[in-house]
Amino acid sequence: MKRFDYARAADVAEALREGQGDGAAFIAGGTNLLDLMKLRVLTPDRLVDINRLALGGIERDGDGLRIGALVTNSDLAADETVRRDYPVLSRALLAGASGQLRNKATTGGNLLQRTRCYYFYDIAMPCNKRDPGSGCQARGGVTRLHAILGGSDKCIATHPSDMAVAMLALKAEVEVEGTDGARRRVPLDDFYVPPGDTPQVETVLGAGELITAVILPLPAGDRQIYAKVRDRASYAFALVSCAAVIGMDGDRIGHAALAFGGIAPRPWRNAEVDGLLTGQAPSDDLFRRAADLLLADAKGHGGNDFKIPLARRVLIDTLRKATRGDAA
Amino acid sequence: MNKHLKMDRPATERFLDETAQNVLGTPMDRPDGPAKAAGQATYAHEWQIEGLCHGVLVRATIPAGRVARIDADAVTGRDGVLRVISDPRMLRVPAQGGANEAPDQGPDEVAYLGQPIALVVAETFEAARDGALALPVEYDPADFTVDPDAVEPEVPKKKQASQGDLEAAMREAAHSVDVTYTTPGHNSAAMEPHAAIAVWNGDDLLLRGSYQMLKYNRNELADAVGIDPAHVRILSPYVGGGFGSKLGITHEAVAAALASKELGRPVSVTLSRQQVFETTMRRSETRQRFRLACDAEGRMTAVGHEVLVSQLPGQQFSEPVTQATPFAYAGPNRVIGHRIARVNRTCAGSVRAPGEAVGITAMENAMDELAEAAGIDPVQFRILNIPEKDPTSGKPFSSHTLERALREGAERFGWSERRAPGQRREGDWLIGMGMASAIRVNILAEAKARVTLEPDGRVLVETDMTDIGTGTYSILTQVASETLGVSTDRVRVRLGDTDLPPGPGSGGSWGAASSGSAVYLAARAVRDRIAEAMGADEVTLKDGHAIAGNRRVDLAGLFDGPVTAEGHVEPGKTMKETRQSSFGAYFCEVAVNAVTGETRVRRMHGTFAAGRILNAKTASSQCLGGMTFGIGMALTEELLHDPRDGHIVNRDLAEYHLPVNADVPQIDVVLLEERDDYASPIQAKGIGELGICGAAGAVTNAIYNACGVRVRDYPATLDKVLAVLPD
Repeated sequence: MKRFDYARAADVAEALREGQGDGAAFIAGGTNLLDLMKLRVLTPDRLVDINRLALGGIERDGDGLRIGALVTNSDLAADETVRRDYPVLSRALLAGASGQLRNKATTGGNLLQRTRCYYFYDIAMPCNKRDPGSGCQARGGVTRLHAILGGSDKCIATHPSDMAVAMLALKAEVEVEGTDGARRRVPLDDFYVPPGDTPQVETVLGAGELITAVILPLPAGDRQIYAKVRDRASYAFALVSCAAVIGMDGDRIGHAALAFGGIAPRPWRNAEVDGLLTGQAPSDDLFRRAADLLLADAKGHGGNDFKIPLARRVLIDTLRKATRGDAA
Repeated sequence: MNKHLKMDRPATERFLDETAQNVLGTPMDRPDGPAKAAGQATYAHEWQIEGLCHGVLVRATIPAGRVARIDADAVTGRDGVLRVISDPRMLRVPAQGGANEAPDQGPDEVAYLGQPIALVVAETFEAARDGALALPVEYDPADFTVDPDAVEPEVPKKKQASQGDLEAAMREAAHSVDVTYTTPGHNSAAMEPHAAIAVWNGDDLLLRGSYQMLKYNRNELADAVGIDPAHVRILSPYVGGGFGSKLGITHEAVAAALASKELGRPVSVTLSRQQVFETTMRRSETRQRFRLACDAEGRMTAVGHEVLVSQLPGQQFSEPVTQATPFAYAGPNRVIGHRIARVNRTCAGSVRAPGEAVGITAMENAMDELAEAAGIDPVQFRILNIPEKDPTSGKPFSSHTLERALREGAERFGWSERRAPGQRREGDWLIGMGMASAIRVNILAEAKARVTLEPDGRVLVETDMTDIGTGTYSILTQVASETLGVSTDRVRVRLGDTDLPPGPGSGGSWGAASSGSAVYLAARAVRDRIAEAMGADEVTLKDGHAIAGNRRVDLAGLFDGPVTAEGHVEPGKTMKETRQSSFGAYFCEVAVNAVTGETRVRRMHGTFAAGRILNAKTASSQCLGGMTFGIGMALTEELLHDPRDGHIVNRDLAEYHLPVNADVPQIDVVLLEERDDYASPIQAKGIGELGICGAAGAVTNAIYNACGVRVRDYPATLDKVLAVLPD
């Protein structure tokens, strides 16, 4: 790989100092970054190792939960509180990657993992995300992995995270610290930005900013499901996934929060769908209307056309199960 | 005192049934297993050699044209980059199995995207890799074509055949099917990537590499480099899987040899996983039209199998899809068609049972369709159509075990529980059963081996034969142990060195029977010397002792010096006069998700027969592996080619979906007792590839039984099932 400098930061302040400048990248588990560096997809001049920062630990935060950015996916999935109160998150984590990867991958890193678009991974191919302005080779190419919602002329790559989909349905907030030392909280729904004309920009993180934690509020629904559909039983990214957090109010849906993976450049949520469901009595007709709404603007690119009917089926099935009380 | 045998007569003597050691056929553990598990078996890339430098191949980024300019200066000297080598002797494509000469050379002419065009050599692997990725290259692009369906295919005359009148038979049949199946390209995806380390000593080249057929590989490498084969030695004692992709020499061998000569230093070249996908052999995708017909009783009257495959221009090999079609099932009216589309895609070659892996698989789907049309149970339908002799050539079968495998497999699996399509549901899952026959042609290949009885009673077996994870060390140990009556821990097997007597290598499932026979013949020669020393016509050999009359003599000390003999087996008239094949039967239960269309295999059974089984464990493992490949072929595996430039887009193990543990359920393998006297002096046949030949068909037939969806386009990914599932 290209030569780079390496700095191991002792605390957040040092990490932020060391992480300044265009060519710097933070490294935690490195499960995605190192692969991309070996392939020359990413060529940072400087790696700032944040593994020694005091950003571990899962603790109470008011009614909710504060998850340090360096908590590994394995630890988060196994946490007793997460398993009890946020089972959709635990399930989503365990549906992703492999045991070895989850032991290394961190909460902050998982949010920032890059797309698995074949063309992003191949430096001989044009890719607006990797090489802004070079073009999008995925359009007109093999699009099995690609987005049906939220893409642009410049990019139709999907975000591969399972964890982030569950966190989106749980209305998570991302805690970010900037070079000025100020911490701010960004709702996860606002954290990712659409690709538009600048698909290389994926989040609202400013230059040199560091994710320090993810905060989960008390879940508003106790019926939680993570449904992941993929090409093999394990170790494959979602073709379509759906995180559902549903709370019943008698016979009616009191709370509905749905999020989707595998179908968009970011973990996908449509607040109107949640709104449509809330306060309504569950029925197949309602679920079908929810699917219609979710997929109203969906557009296939040939190889991923199937995701439209698949997402529809998964959404309807998940809602049936959640409102019936099949949720685990 | 050597022993040579040409298989002109059946080996009815069955000597190995009379020997006393009773170790042949047992599930003995691999003698090489502990070293491999402990990391002490050194694979090609792992050798630590003084002064070693590292080369990484540079990839063409256009599908066709000429390399106009390589800006070597841009990377040379950077971070220890020593040199950029572009030599006209470097390979454009790997050698096909058994080529015995250099394949197409001249990397400046680009024939497919991903072709190696140069080698960057550096002090470290990382520097070489970065240099290779950063090297500026200019091209003069040329016209190209990448879509096999968009070109007028070649129709090689020798590969067309017909007898009777297929069209009339189809018209007149009580039941018929005319269906087209497609299978995608596959890559061998061996765990160990292709690797070589070259060292020159004067004019002599020593190459540590990972290859399957050293006798040929030496000649291929010598021819490519332009030296006498006598100056080339290849060592491949351990090979981390081949599956066809290491039959012939590949790019890294020639590149390492040339770079090492030029730099005067040892050079290591290993393909990245992406390069393995792009530049080693792919199995061609296939389009297969079946026209099958039967009478009202279900007796087949027509077998038509016409295929389209693809290949680079100028390459001889084309996927032998119809290899077993001439003899698989009965029927007087037959057509075989074979067309080749010339495209600028990665070279097509041998991958995991070329021919039957895809040909029998799709055939077994079409058979399932015809059985259903005729209203006959699929197992019964096959039994009904097993030919008495090869229906194309009229030759007798050397042995035929398909009916036994079908009946015993059906019984063990519980086939009688199968219901009509779409009748069984458990929660979200639709449950179905399917079956298929396993058929793979058998080949005996010329082989030599040397066996030495040491004065201390130990036995040394030597041949250039390879063990590519298949169990060669085990079975040759057992053959020698059995024939010479010494315990297996007193036998040592040396393999994978071109200085040793040449075997046929590992490929085409012929290794065990061929090299096993050579070892057997050599050991028989040594046995003769023992009998001579004992002054007896016949001896019993057991536990390191020779027994004749009332004398029992320790083999240690029987001779003053080593007693050495070479065994040499050659195919002969028995191969020409009989149709030889291994057979088996697969049974499979799948669950298809009624919501998502995902398929999970719940259990799978295989019953196989391949003549004498030399090691029950390694033979079973071969079949287990084959069936696992079958699950992958059925459900997930597919080379995805970009429609515009033909390059393979899913060129790593994250996106080329081999089955993972969670995809593979309990697989049950049963091996039938069989002796095939026509096949080899030890009555063994090939088993290595048998377990994949048809396996995927059992899975997709089970999908049909589960949900009524007939997926004719492999793999049966969820989108293809979903398209036909009810809401």
